[in-house]
Parts: sequence; C-alpha cells; structure tokens
Amino acid sequence: MANTTKIQTHQYDVIVVGAGGAGLRATLGLAAKGLSTACVTKVFPTRSHTVAAQGGISAALGNMGPDDWRWHMYDTVKGSDWLGDQDAIEYMCREAIPAIIELEHYGVPFSRTDEGKIYQRPFGGMTTNYGEGTAQRTCAAADRTGHAILHTLYQQSLRHDARFFIEYFATDLVTDADGNVRGVLAIDMNEGTLHFFRGHAVVLATGGYGRAYFTCTSAHTCTGDGGGMALRAGLPLQDMEFVQFHPTGIYGAGCLITEGVRGEGGFLTNSKGERFMERYAPNAKDLASRDVVSRAMTLEVREGRGVGEHNDHIFLNLQHLGPEVIHERLPGIAESARIFAGVDVSKQPIPVQPTVHYNMGGIPTNIHGEVVQKRGDDREAVVPGLFAIGEAACVSVHGGNRLGSNSLLDLVVFGRAVANRCAELIKPNSPHRDVASDILDRPMQRLEKLRTADGGTPTAQIRLNMQRTMQTDAAVFRTAETLQEGCRKISEIYASFEDVRVTDRSLIWNSDLIETFELSNLLGQAVATMYSAEQRTESRGAHAREDFPERDDTNWMKHTLSWVDDKGAVRFDYRPVHLNTLTDEVKTIPPKKRVY
Amino acid sequence: MAEFTLPKNSKVRKGRHYSAKPGAKQVRTFHVYRWDPDTGENPRMDAYEVDVGNTPMVLDVLLKIKNEIDPTLTLRRSCREGICGSCAMNINGGNTLACIKAMHDLPEGDVKIYPLPHMPVVKDLVPDLTHFYAQYASIKPWLRTQSAPPDRERLQSPEERKKLDGLYECILCACCSTSCPSYWWNPDRYLGPAVLLQAYRWIIDSRDEDTGARLDDLEDPFRLYRCHTIMNCTNTCPKHLNPAQAIGEIKQLMVKRAV
Repeated sequence: MANTTKIQTHQYDVIVVGAGGAGLRATLGLAAKGLSTACVTKVFPTRSHTVAAQGGISAALGNMGPDDWRWHMYDTVKGSDWLGDQDAIEYMCREAIPAIIELEHYGVPFSRTDEGKIYQRPFGGMTTNYGEGTAQRTCAAADRTGHAILHTLYQQSLRHDARFFIEYFATDLVTDADGNVRGVLAIDMNEGTLHFFRGHAVVLATGGYGRAYFTCTSAHTCTGDGGGMALRAGLPLQDMEFVQFHPTGIYGAGCLITEGVRGEGGFLTNSKGERFMERYAPNAKDLASRDVVSRAMTLEVREGRGVGEHNDHIFLNLQHLGPEVIHERLPGIAESARIFAGVDVSKQPIPVQPTVHYNMGGIPTNIHGEVVQKRGDDREAVVPGLFAIGEAACVSVHGGNRLGSNSLLDLVVFGRAVANRCAELIKPNSPHRDVASDILDRPMQRLEKLRTADGGTPTAQIRLNMQRTMQTDAAVFRTAETLQEGCRKISEIYASFEDVRVTDRSLIWNSDLIETFELSNLLGQAVATMYSAEQRTESRGAHAREDFPERDDTNWMKHTLSWVDDKGAVRFDYRPVHLNTLTDEVKTIPPKKRVY
Repeated sequence: MAEFTLPKNSKVRKGRHYSAKPGAKQVRTFHVYRWDPDTGENPRMDAYEVDVGNTPMVLDVLLKIKNEIDPTLTLRRSCREGICGSCAMNINGGNTLACIKAMHDLPEGDVKIYPLPHMPVVKDLVPDLTHFYAQYASIKPWLRTQSAPPDRERLQSPEERKKLDGLYECILCACCSTSCPSYWWNPDRYLGPAVLLQAYRWIIDSRDEDTGARLDDLEDPFRLYRCHTIMNCTNTCPKHLNPAQAIGEIKQLMVKRAV
C-alpha cells in the first residue's frame, strides 16, 4: 500500500463478501443464474468457520420416523423464545427439505441409514408433534457435517466457475450520497494492493463476532466484519444482546464438543455424579435447548457442584455409548477431547463449560436476505443494493436462542434465497451507473488512518481488554450492575482504539493491520451487545437477567435495533416481531411459557 | 551444471534475538523463519525466548509471540482446533498443524519453525498455495453424474458410505504434498498425495458416474505415477489419513481395468 492512490476497480453484477456456507451457497447460486459474481474472502473458502460445525443440519425429512416441517417450525419458534419472526421461520423450515436434498445431490457425504437414506440424529429442542416426543431431524455426516458441507459447496463453486478473490480483506462498504450500496473496498493481502469491487448488489456473508469474547468456540477469524461495515455505513444491528453460550465447550480451550454427543445419548453430570438436567428440564433433560442447559450448568457450578480442582466446570459423559457409536458417529470429538483435554472418551468424561458460540443478532434482513431499515413509516424498507446472510444477518429465524443444527440450515436456505432474489432484480452483465469521484474518500481515510496508526497501545492489548470485559460482564447471567459496569468499561475500551498502534509497516500480508481492522469491527459490535443487553429489562432466550427473571411479552416482544456512531455512542429503536405466518398452511404459534 | 547450494538470495541468515523478560520462569527458545518480501533482504531465523508456562499448543506460543513480543510475525491461523487447515507449517522438521501440536509432545530444547517446505513463500510462515489449489481444481472434485437426480436423496448403503471414511476428512492443509520428495521434484506435473487422495474420494463414491474419465485423467507417468511409495504423506498427515493407501488403490484400479 505504498501507493494508496492506485486502486484497481472491478465490476461484477454481485459482490459476495465471505466464503463460508452462506457465502458459497450464494456465490454458486448466483454464478449458476448467469450473474457475474465475485466472492471476496479473507481466507481460502474451506478455511471458513462453517468447517467446524459438527452435529448436523436440520430438516424434517422423516428418515427416522414421522416428521413434519410444521413441527420443526414450532420447535424453532419455541426455541427462539418467541422473538423469531414466524414468517421467516416458516420459510426456513419448509425450504429445509429441498435444501438438504440439494446438498445431497451436490455430493455431501452424509452418514446413512440401513436403507441408504440420510442419517438423522436427535438434537436439543427438536421434537415431534409440537413438543410431545423427541425428533430425529438433524442430518449428519458423522460429527463433521460443517466440514462435509463447506467442502462440497466449494467444489460446486469450482464446477460453476465462480470468481474468487482469496485472501482479500474487505474493509468497508462503499455507499453513494443517496445511501445506495455500490460496492466494497478491499485489500489484496498477497500483493498489498487496493481494490474497489463495484456491484449492483453486495452480499455480506461474513459470519459472527464470537471473538469479541475471551473464550469462544469461534475461530480467530470470526470478527464480524460485515456487522462492523454495516455500523459504519450508518445501519443498525438487531438483537445484539442475544449471544448463545454452547453448553459443551472444552474446559479451558473452548473448542466445540457437539450437541450431537447428547443427541447420541451422552449426558452431563455434576460433582456428585448427578444427572442434574433432569431437575431443570424433566422432559427433554440433556436435550433441552442450549440456553436452558448453559444456565443449568452455571447454576450447578455456582451452587458448589462443579467438578475439577476449582469446582468450576461440568462433566460430559459418553463412556457408556460404546466404541462403535463413538467411532462411527462421533470420531471427531473423540479426537478433539484427546488433543485438547487429554481425555479418552471411551473411559473418561470430557470437562466442559458453557462457551460463547453463536450470535443470534446481526444485520436485519427480510426473508430474501435484503437488508432492511426504517424509512418514514416503513419499518422494513430495503437498503438498496445490500444483502446479508448467515450468522452476519438477523432475519430473524433464531430470535432469542438458536436451536442446534438450525444454523447450517440458515446458511444454505438464505444463501439460496439471495441468489434467487438477485436473479429477479439484476439483469446479467447490466451496465454500472457512474459513481462520484469522491465515493472512496471515507473508506480510504479510515484505511490510511489505521495503516499509519502509531499510538501507544498495541492491537492485541485493546483486543484482550475487550474480550475480558465481554466475558465478565455480558455472561450467561446478567444484572443491571454487571451490565452498567460493562457499558462503562466497553465504552472506555472503544475510546482507547484512538490510541491503537500498528507495528507492522509492510505491504504484503500485513496481518497486524488486518487484525486491527478486525478489532475495529469487533469493538462496534461489543458495544452494541453490552448496551443492548443493559436496556432489555427482561429474560428471554439467551438473555438471562437475574434482576428481571421473567419474559415480558407486553413490553419486550420486539426486536432491538442499535446504532453505534463513530464515537461509540449507542442509539436504540425497535421493530415488532412478526407473529404472522407466510402462508395459511400453518397457523401462528401463540406465545406460551417455555418449558422443556 | 547442477547447483548444490542455495541461490544467494535464499540463504537463511541469523536474525534478531528476543531475550526473555526478567523473571521468566519456563523459557523455551523458538527459532522462526522470517522473510519480508518488501525489504528485498534474505530470509533470516529470528530467535524468541518465550516464557511458555502452560501454553498448550505451538500455535498458542506463536500467537503469544505475535501479541506480546513481535506483532510483525506473520502466519495463517483460524479455527485453532485442527479442522480448517490454515496453520500448516514445519515444526522441528515435520509438517503439521501448529494448533494441534502440543508443547508437551515436543522434545526438550529449542524449537525450529519453518513454512511448509518447498513452496514459494509469501511472507514468514505463509506459503503460496495457489498451485496446490489449482491442482485440486484440475481433478474436477465434484459429484459427476449423467443420470437425472431422484426427487429425494440418492441412496447409498452404509457400506458404500464407509468407503469415503479416511478420505472425505481431508482438510487441504497441504502437509502431505509438501512433505513428498516426488512432489518437491515435480510439483508442476505430479499431482501430489493430497490431490490424489481427493481424486480417489470421488472415484470410490458409489454415487459418482464418471469413474472412467477420472481414471483416464490420472493415467499419466507424472500425474499419478510419480508416487514412489515413500510414505512421508501418511506419516505426516495431522488428521491421520492415509494418502499413500489411496494412491495405491488408484494404481490397482488402473491395473484391474487394463487386464
């Protein structure tokens, strides 16, 4: 970047940012529709964090017994603690069936039943007949389903000859004076050059921001880059207070142990050897939804029944499953447990603790993946030229708490929806409108500022401060006291970014600079998360307030919208939850108390 | 004339030495390959004395160096649990993933870290894998069928599915290919163990209908037959896969269809 005035311009119909499950499904769909498509990604596609998804992808295929997409929809609405939009959930659960068949036709190496069909396992919160029985709905490729799907989607992208820009880091959205999104600015890490990708549409498929926390199952690269870009473009993020803690991250390391372990019959025990989930969720027990199990584990530890030297974690038992089930269905986690906990799962339990795993919140969209914002009376006016999908987005299909195996589903369903929508809206290879000569000024100013940042605090130090604060003050259980303290601290840390120091001054593969961009994206979302949590005075889904333990549908059955300005000040608005369904094939699921 | 020494601009020089902070208790020295393309200088080995404490994995130590000692140290990393394949590098002479290489598995003494061998280096521990990925794309690694797909999933028995075990798990980290002497000598023409393992993954998939063409594409003195069963691939695979066996199976299928 010695010569930052030199910017290469590229023109495509659609620019996809990110090459995880959602980005790849969108990319290959767009390419198949004949739209010229560039996929800009900071990592080689198969390194995206979708690769780490283990347990499976849900769809009411009914391969293991009776099933119905309406039951799937019911479970998802209940799992969301009635914060999910029911029309979007209907769409996802109905589309799940053809989406999984499509994946199989693409070549995903699913595990099989004796009849040769896709194998499906039980998962948390997945029931039959509106909560009565246990559903086997989660389609699995052993415990490496994300890996199997991500590699297959990349292979399909090769087949459709999609154009990838690999190890290009997108720094900002490029918007015109009317608020239309016209492209993205990106750095080619391998060359150290700058690129303006112009498109009729930009699709943000950049994943979650798990790395705002100190301990998470998320990869180092899960830095919510799309959310950061949206905030800087003056757009709000939705439901940021809802952060999912996965019950079974490996103690200390944070690496994921799939819920599929409990789906296959594994269970949790405390220091007394008790299967404590029976007390918290008499019916679903260890297969209650994740927020419920994480809270139960936290309470067990708090009440002195944790295991280990410091009595601060819980055991996950699968010794009784036998070597055959472990070898065939759970080989990956057996390996992970050996490497990261030194445990032989056929003989010893795995030490686990609730670990940050998934962001229900994100960039608000409609069911076509179009980003929406309030304009006049229209609460869901489309932002021209901008789409968001996957964990980066908030459709909202997961509401206050996502069910396990619904995220891989979210990726492929809405990745496909975006491709279809763009094909409706954009004529292939249509000419690009002119852009103003100063359109890159703002993103370029920011880039220059960070590239030459020579303050007193290294990036890693600010990042650690942020992660520690989020870990302590936006945890499984929250109170006004911890959240107010958290708001004060996270605002200070946000302000300290003015003093950031980038040490590496090189052009090529300047990972110090890239990490600084990533930190900037994380900080905005950390602030949005903490402040959103502080203002929601109820408990719903993953947001558990000890000072407001009940759900409050009268005042809080609404989505939080939060803006964070460049000084870190937060502003709120709200959007009603869609209780309506999409078609008359299913009725609205009215709110009721959520028990498992 | 054969060249028996490295070209001048490739000679690795002694680099900087970063001493441990006073009071450090458990110091290990990490010698790390550094090369910055911007400067035009030769590569060097920097030495970092690190207070490792109970830092679990080699990747954690490298990130400790990057975060606390030298932010310019450059490497790829992402999942930190051995599934994304980003942090493949050469640690104490063996190719592996830094994120699952436990510190307690290393022998006593200094630790030497290089990028994956015999690949062009972009910077420090970041190799250029462009050619490796192009070779992967060249085998057309997707399900190829002539018949129209059924309304539901294609059926595959558990036995047929079992044949994919040990193959589909490949994470394309390139540890195996870059440990293979045959691949070192002929990377332009020999596909290397990772790509051949991927080729076999599709040949053996009961759903694929293009086995003949796949074998035709491999029937070549270089693409397939540069494998001389050296077995470095299988020995080094951090996922415990067996590319050498997959290559052997392809060779057998070639013989079977010839007789």
